[in-house]
Amino acid sequence: MRVVFKKSYDRDIDLHEHWLDRAKIAVLLAVMAALPFLVGNYYLAEAANTLIWALAGMGLMIAVGHTGQVSLGHAAFLAIGAYTDAGLMNAGMPFWIAFPVAGLAAGLFGAVIAIPAVRLSGIYLAIATLAVFVIVEELIIMLEPITGGVGGTMAPSISLMGISFDRYGALANFYWLVLGIVALVTWGYANLMRSPTGRSFLAVRDSEVSARSLGINVTRTKALAFGLSAGVTGLGGALMGHYIGFFNYELFSIFISINLLLVVTIGGLGFIQGAFLGAILITGMPQVIAILRDTVNASTGIDLASLPGIDTMMFSVLLIGFILFEPTGLYGRWLKIRTWFEIFPLARRDMFRRHKTYLKTERMR
Amino acid sequence: MSLLEVDDLAVHFGGVKAVDGVSFSVEEGEVFAIIGPNGAGKSTIFNLISRIYQPTHGTIRFDGQDITALKAHDIARLGIARTFQNIELFDHSTVLDNLLMGRHTHRATNFVQDILHLPSVRREERAHRRHVEEVIEFLELEAYREKRIEGLPYGVRKVIEIGRALAIGPRLILLDEPASGLSVEETQDVAFWIEDMRRDMGLTVLMVEHDMGLVAQVSDRVLAVANGRPLALGTAAEVQADRHVQAAYLGSPEAAA
Repeated sequence: MRVVFKKSYDRDIDLHEHWLDRAKIAVLLAVMAALPFLVGNYYLAEAANTLIWALAGMGLMIAVGHTGQVSLGHAAFLAIGAYTDAGLMNAGMPFWIAFPVAGLAAGLFGAVIAIPAVRLSGIYLAIATLAVFVIVEELIIMLEPITGGVGGTMAPSISLMGISFDRYGALANFYWLVLGIVALVTWGYANLMRSPTGRSFLAVRDSEVSARSLGINVTRTKALAFGLSAGVTGLGGALMGHYIGFFNYELFSIFISINLLLVVTIGGLGFIQGAFLGAILITGMPQVIAILRDTVNASTGIDLASLPGIDTMMFSVLLIGFILFEPTGLYGRWLKIRTWFEIFPLARRDMFRRHKTYLKTERMR
Repeated sequence: MSLLEVDDLAVHFGGVKAVDGVSFSVEEGEVFAIIGPNGAGKSTIFNLISRIYQPTHGTIRFDGQDITALKAHDIARLGIARTFQNIELFDHSTVLDNLLMGRHTHRATNFVQDILHLPSVRREERAHRRHVEEVIEFLELEAYREKRIEGLPYGVRKVIEIGRALAIGPRLILLDEPASGLSVEETQDVAFWIEDMRRDMGLTVLMVEHDMGLVAQVSDRVLAVANGRPLALGTAAEVQADRHVQAAYLGSPEAAA
């Protein structure tokens, strides 16, 4: 077991207490950056997709994992991000303006709808956000001149300072761009969580009444969290638009909202790492299922492709399994395994007994 | 002028008069206790002062300022901190983070600065840490600094609540049954801490407490309430000797006969 001797408050304020943790992140980033040289185009595109999902998942994590507000409407913010970005770029704006504006637009929209919505909590908030999603979906179809209506719209190819970041033409560049954005957002998110703002989110999540007595304006804090959440998800949406290339309102269905919720719940609520683990699972599962299907077909001759809905079923089973047996998600499970090894052989069965999940429903308030 | 002046305070929930016509004032540097049987309205008075409930009528003044119209989240900024009878800590955070949350009213950075972790944020964090570390030392919480609340024993959590209130850097601290559920030794610690808060930190303490031993030991004045109405006000001995107070706790001989 590693013991860190802290000689200054800075050690606590730093993101990582130990240089080994910092080194691990550096190695991870280096491997990620070297990925275009290691894998083929197919898997590189999948990796970019996973990163985009992780970005959108981080957005939802701010609301669900760190502020305790369940949202079933985050596909709406993905859509706002994607359409704002594509719309502005189609109007001739460069990516470096259109992309932040897309995040800002989604964030502002999120903050505005949050002001009335955050008075609700648990399942009621989830339903309210679902309603917002339906409204946004209808708006997209109605605003045909901008969004292309049912027909859809095209996300133009990205180019910055004369270098192409086209998703097909220059996939490696596109991947690095996505990686850079995701790394930046992750850094900002980690900073947020070690600051007074992040602590006020946690305070609101765990006890509204004592948050108030400490001088935290609960409504404003929730609206800020929801706005940031929507903004980050909007950034993810903008990248998703570029990744898909040509999209219409159907890309941002209710299933995307549910999948995003899966990303954060299965990944581990309340951990930034959870968004990444969840995204890997959600984007990786269809691949695994496809490979499995081929293997089964080749070895036994049973054609699983003739059974529709197998993906959905596996997702559902997985989600139910996680909620029942591991409410802290993949990251929570990883922490337990790591602790078991770190203190071997002193681990006890009941060590994590008192750890509860944050996902609260009507019990709140 | 008194630090806290409560005048003719009342709150009615439908037909229930939880608090009805309570008036008292707390002087600066005083330890003031409110006692009374269960359901007397003691915690309700606290919730009125910390603005969780809206009074039906009456005024509350703090340092000369009428706070009756303020929002609950404005109260801490004035220098009023409180603890809760049923511990309301942030269960999933560490003790350190819980105490740091108490520094919220002193933050000067906004969320954009926080996200970018500008040097100003770090400077401010260091100052918060220094302040919180003093509270940790005062309450002897060093051993629990990095522990998450959910795994800690009841007595420790009770102390952390006091610590979080102290982290605000208040002028008036409201302690809602600080000794309930504590052992004799722990209660004795609380008594010493209250003494120190008054003497060394110059705090004014307003507390609700059932443990008459603790009340008699630390408080300058005691207000007894029953059924939302004030019964007696005076020193602990005077209040304990009061006929109405004894009747409220034990039942009156006339009623029994």
